[in-house]
Amino acid sequence: MPKEHANWSPYDNNGGTCVAIAGSDYCVIAADTRMSTGYSILTREYSKICKLADKSFMASSGFQADVKALQKVLSSRHLIYQHQHNKQMSCPAMAQLLSNTLYYKRFFPYYAFNVLGGLDSEGKGCVFTYDAVGSYERVGYSAQGSGATLITPFLDNQLKSPSPLLLPAKDAVTPLSETEAVDLVKTCFASATERDIYTGDSVEIIILNANGVRRETEQLRRD
Amino acid sequence: MLIEARDVPNLGFNFDLYSRNDMLTKKGLKPPGYLKTGTTIVGLIYKEGVILGADTRATAGPIVADKNCEKIHYMAPNIYCCGAGTAADTEAVTDNISSQLKLHRYHTGRESRVVTALTLLKSHLFRYQGHVSAALVLGGVDLTGPHLHTIYPHGSTDTLPFATMGSGSLAAMAIFESEYREGLTRDEGVNLVTKAICSGIFNDLGSGSNVDICVIEKGKKEYLRNHLTPNPRTYISSKGYAFSKKTEVLLTKITPLKELVDVVQVGGDGMEE
Repeated sequence: MPKEHANWSPYDNNGGTCVAIAGSDYCVIAADTRMSTGYSILTREYSKICKLADKSFMASSGFQADVKALQKVLSSRHLIYQHQHNKQMSCPAMAQLLSNTLYYKRFFPYYAFNVLGGLDSEGKGCVFTYDAVGSYERVGYSAQGSGATLITPFLDNQLKSPSPLLLPAKDAVTPLSETEAVDLVKTCFASATERDIYTGDSVEIIILNANGVRRETEQLRRD
Repeated sequence: MLIEARDVPNLGFNFDLYSRNDMLTKKGLKPPGYLKTGTTIVGLIYKEGVILGADTRATAGPIVADKNCEKIHYMAPNIYCCGAGTAADTEAVTDNISSQLKLHRYHTGRESRVVTALTLLKSHLFRYQGHVSAALVLGGVDLTGPHLHTIYPHGSTDTLPFATMGSGSLAAMAIFESEYREGLTRDEGVNLVTKAICSGIFNDLGSGSNVDICVIEKGKKEYLRNHLTPNPRTYISSKGYAFSKKTEVLLTKITPLKELVDVVQVGGDGMEE
């Protein structure tokens, strides 16, 4: 007797693309602001980036309801950490927390494709990339979401970081300057928008460095 | 009397490989995808004739395959047809019926009529029972006046004063239903069609890029390719990007080949046996 399957799915894909690049003393985290479902646009101005700690920002694409729940869990866990340790969580510590939180729901996962960016305790940029169930790796740069397959080969070509290629990551960060990295990110999103229907409207860019946080927005194609 | 296999006329689809393909799919082989046009296509009748409109995006799943394709197809000097659905199907069916119309014009010595194109298209699509995935907006002006029809993949048709098809049809129809009235002038008609297509371009993810328009009146037609281009590339880096011309050398290892034979030339020149 063939098994019957549910015609209802608890998941939906709201589309979008996230990118993060680590520099020697900065980190760039970016995500487009389009939220869609099927062939329709729900809103053109939705932020996929969440501040988890002073030096940790998470950008997530996928099912935004799950992303929202995940952000809430991480924020409250960070608050508890601050009460218990009297300090902010470091980015690598937050990275481990995110991995554990995702694996906790291994058999009913958060449909969230995350990229965590920030500065480590030495002030160097760090980027961590995840799958939906918590497998993670520290890398020099990463892209996740619907436009990731379009952006990653371009970043591989331009950054040549030890990230997904041959060498072990002895020094994961890119030698590019902060302005060059922001320019690269804008080009990535403008290009991904041309060929991916789920990416567009505008891109929100967060730049983290020793002086603090800066936010930039760039308009993208709205079709 | 027996008919030989090659005498049987080759009409319709050949379903011989159906069971083999079905078996492969069950085993996990993904069948090749089709290029769909996503699409917003519209047509409306105005005072002097017909105006057709279309967007220019062709998608293969979530990827834009062609940013500026042509969806308004020529059928006859006085008849054009917009196509939504599988790109190969819309192209093939409009080309085929366009050829049939030309032969018919030679045979009758008269200008083609829109209802002729309509009947040829709907019969073709019905015969293929919906497997030819083409949803069309057919418009033109002949001696009986201006005509506008929609044709569905299974072969049904509608005759309408204004029509929309494709994934962006709801967005476009919202505009038409709000602002259409009878007896529009040419400019009012072109503006309304442009507005409807733009609604599809910006609100439907399957449609995008530019607006194509075709205005058909008694005795003349205007094909306005890229009448509106509201989606220029947003960010172009001023510094540009460099790509290394050669493939990167990762490792160099030279292995000398072992000599197997000593070739010795004994007298004469090498060409002799």
